[in-house]
Amino acid sequence: MRLRVDPDKCQGHARCYGLAPEIFDVDDYGQSSVIVDVVPPGLEDKARLAVANCPEYAIEIVEE
Amino acid sequence: MGHTAPVKDWATDFDVLDPRYVTDPFSIWDELRQTCPIAHTDRRKSSWLPTRYEDVTAIAHDIEHFSSLKVAVIPGDEDEDPNENFEGPNLEYGLPPISSDPPLHTWTRRLLLPWFSHKRVESYIPLTRDLCRRLVDGFAGAGHADAAADYAQQIPVRVIAHILGVSPDLSDTFTGWVRDVLEFADDAERRQRGAEGLLYYFVGQLEERRTHPGDDLLSELLTTEVEGKPVDDGIVLGMAALALIAGVDTTWSAIGSSLWHLATHPEDRKRLVAEPELMPTAIEELLRAYSPVTMAREVTEDVVYEGCPMKAGDKVLMNFPAANRDPEVFEHPDVVQLDRAHNRHVAFGSGIHRCAGSNLARMELQVALEEWLARIPDFSLAEGAEVTWAGGQVRGPRICPVVF
Repeated sequence: MRLRVDPDKCQGHARCYGLAPEIFDVDDYGQSSVIVDVVPPGLEDKARLAVANCPEYAIEIVEE
Repeated sequence: MGHTAPVKDWATDFDVLDPRYVTDPFSIWDELRQTCPIAHTDRRKSSWLPTRYEDVTAIAHDIEHFSSLKVAVIPGDEDEDPNENFEGPNLEYGLPPISSDPPLHTWTRRLLLPWFSHKRVESYIPLTRDLCRRLVDGFAGAGHADAAADYAQQIPVRVIAHILGVSPDLSDTFTGWVRDVLEFADDAERRQRGAEGLLYYFVGQLEERRTHPGDDLLSELLTTEVEGKPVDDGIVLGMAALALIAGVDTTWSAIGSSLWHLATHPEDRKRLVAEPELMPTAIEELLRAYSPVTMAREVTEDVVYEGCPMKAGDKVLMNFPAANRDPEVFEHPDVVQLDRAHNRHVAFGSGIHRCAGSNLARMELQVALEEWLARIPDFSLAEGAEVTWAGGQVRGPRICPVVF
């Protein structure tokens, strides 16, 4: 599974980082980014949760 | 005082300060969503009240038609133009970044954000935890307390005082000023008293830091340069005042509402005690169900939105609390589900004005609940207790007597 955070949509709610710090990081200005090339096995559910909780619809699954 | 008349028609004559709206806005929003999802009123000022998630978030993102220059839900000093009655220091730019649009919004927000980043907020945890423990120590033995006034109200103001580098001994004074400005905004005299107190205090504090800079937000704002120039004094003052105003009433209301919920819903209280790992998810759910903050936008030019003829200068009340109870987006929205897995709530707003202090608020709420539940796992509303709520811009309990 591969994810992408759209930097234009991300407003720094940091819900993804709160739910899955193994997959996302957030900088000093609130901008989130995906820190893994491929979501590690076993973390797919967490990744989906992050997608489903982003208030800005900024995270997309680019590859299941 | 025509605007205190009871509301008969919520669709065409709503009043967010009506006692029914303050104590139970939920049933009003439900009714409006089905009959007239964007309500209107001419009380105080022509204002619109969206109640659907889709509309609230769409308007929050349309910064071209909906400006943030005037964000007060209850028309106040910023709505008087020119304001000849206000005698406080001049705030030409309001309280940036909250009361600004790009480009001013963009760079003032960038100055504030690092102070409220995840990393920075983690460093405020020990002092928040220590503060909460000391507060609980003060009443744990008594068997009763006011969860709002003795606890919730005491926490955020002291944490934000630390960040600003101002004296926590003045916390009660700060709280008084902020309440005057937000909760009692309909009383012009009181509003002005609060604003003057707050602004003159910060004028003095900024003056002191020019000669004796410290390791705090105010000092940094004074020494920072944007494009090679120092930040305008009025902007520094506005940002300082904003940090205090936005950091006090809001989180205090969230903590108070959450404790009120746990005091009145024993099954949730017991579950949170038994399953502490649920806390981060529960925090988001409590924020969704009891979102404290409504902000305003100003219509920039005549526009018809979803059939509503909005005129330039009208207010739109950004009803994030109602958006978070929209059944189109949230299953059983009026039921608090502490383990709600899908929760795209907008308690901290939506779009470029997402609450800059959201990380701090979350941390304070979580630490406050953890420390309370660790010492007082079993509590309920006092018999015959009269819980009072504040409403308007910020909704939360102000008196909430509990026994344990």
